[in-house]
Amino acid sequence: MMLDMRGLVGGYGGNDVLKGASLSVAAGEIVVIIGPNGAGKSTLMKSAFGLVVLRQGHVRFDGEDITNLRPDLVVRRGMSYVPQENNVFPSLSVQENLEMGAYLRKAGTAERMEQIFEIFPRLKERRKQTAGQMSGGERQMVAMGRALMLDPKLLLLDEPTAGLSPLFIEQTFERIVEVNRLGIGILMVEQNAKQALAIAHRGYVLAMGANRHQDSGAALLANRDIAEMFLGG
Amino acid sequence: MDATNLLQLLVYGVVLGSILSLGAIGVSLLFGILRFSNFAHGDIMTFGAYCAYAMVTGLHWPVWASLPVGMAGAAAVSVAADQLVYRRLRRTQPVILLISSFGMALIVRSVATLIWGPQDHSYVKGIQMPMRFGDIVVRPDHLVILGGCVALVVAVHLFLSRTRMGKAMRALSDNMDLARVSGIDAERVIVWTWALGGALAGAAGVFLALDSRLTPMMGWSALLPIFAAAILGGFGKPYGAILGGMVIGIASEMSTAVLDPAYKPAVAFAVMIVMLIVKPTGLLGARR
Repeated sequence: MMLDMRGLVGGYGGNDVLKGASLSVAAGEIVVIIGPNGAGKSTLMKSAFGLVVLRQGHVRFDGEDITNLRPDLVVRRGMSYVPQENNVFPSLSVQENLEMGAYLRKAGTAERMEQIFEIFPRLKERRKQTAGQMSGGERQMVAMGRALMLDPKLLLLDEPTAGLSPLFIEQTFERIVEVNRLGIGILMVEQNAKQALAIAHRGYVLAMGANRHQDSGAALLANRDIAEMFLGG
Repeated sequence: MDATNLLQLLVYGVVLGSILSLGAIGVSLLFGILRFSNFAHGDIMTFGAYCAYAMVTGLHWPVWASLPVGMAGAAAVSVAADQLVYRRLRRTQPVILLISSFGMALIVRSVATLIWGPQDHSYVKGIQMPMRFGDIVVRPDHLVILGGCVALVVAVHLFLSRTRMGKAMRALSDNMDLARVSGIDAERVIVWTWALGGALAGAAGVFLALDSRLTPMMGWSALLPIFAAAILGGFGKPYGAILGGMVIGIASEMSTAVLDPAYKPAVAFAVMIVMLIVKPTGLLGARR
């Protein structure tokens, strides 16, 4: 397993949001976390990135223990994270946003940016534009582009389609599949659970900070109980 | 008041405005990144001015050659203040940080007074021949100040827009959390921001002393118009600070056409208060 999280207990400021949750992502996999509000979905994902204080359990990435490692050190190991909100630098141009994503890169920034532009051609057209002036869907592309600049092995996406129009939601999922085809593992939290499970290899259902159910994306989609509870019937 | 007099006041206003701009850029940059109003900024200006003065009197260097020394001295004090005091208090309540910067202001000012004495100094002894453009009188010093400020503002612009560190400063100012998860070493960028803000304060101090006289209270008195400039331009926006400095400088000097010069600081505040009522995000603060 590329990412392996076991028995996580922790949260923010003394309140445990996670109560023994576990999760793993194999290389090149798309894994989705679904569940009701307050289940700890985002918290579970953030705990992989050192953004949550873990009291128990461990996080292993690429065979190394990264439990409670600082985010800027996790990034160096090949994991990138796209927050749900405030995920671009609004006063910086598209190109500068991507450059900041490549801050740790020693060389090859220009080449990598061209590769990103191939996935998101819209960003190339708008490379000089200030990110803060773009639409929600375009900002999401900038955010993913920034996170991909370091050539990560695993990309964490926190509700990438939140607040987007249906057209952009579909486009965003298409882009995620495209990114995954490059061999990049994806772990995401999604409210649009049906569409997310449709592109996912595997999914986890989380409730009250612990695992409730896990299966392949297709099997979760076909599961009647899950459908009734989380997929809107 | 005829047109010539107004034009003359405009010249003074632009000179004062460019000095305030230099000071306000540093205040604004630091606020943008650390959400911290550094009240020691004015006294760091004073300290820079004294460092340059030491070169002028000790080694008989010309003022322009002493300027980099003043900037370096002010930058060093800025970075030291952050590393020794502010950095340790950053996680406490903002008010503690604020009060500690008052303390830092007193320390820096006292050290300068201890070394150079409480009396006034000036860089250049004797009377300078003013230059005449029609009926407008311009001192050669004013041209040095204007030229220096323009050069520094252009340099800051190039730094912020072209270099990796400059862009990282803007990124940190936009969104500190996102900068951290992008792998940007925030602490390193913060140190560089203190150095840049301090160096600009040092330059502002040298120019302020060149414009009038060098006194221990000089920077402290300039602090409030500088904050007014930074707020006017939209706190945290360096380009806004430049604009704000110009507006405050020109408004203060032009006001002497109708008001007693003693009211200059009041004019700076009046402009700032009107701004806060009409558009609290500042001149360039529309987006957020």
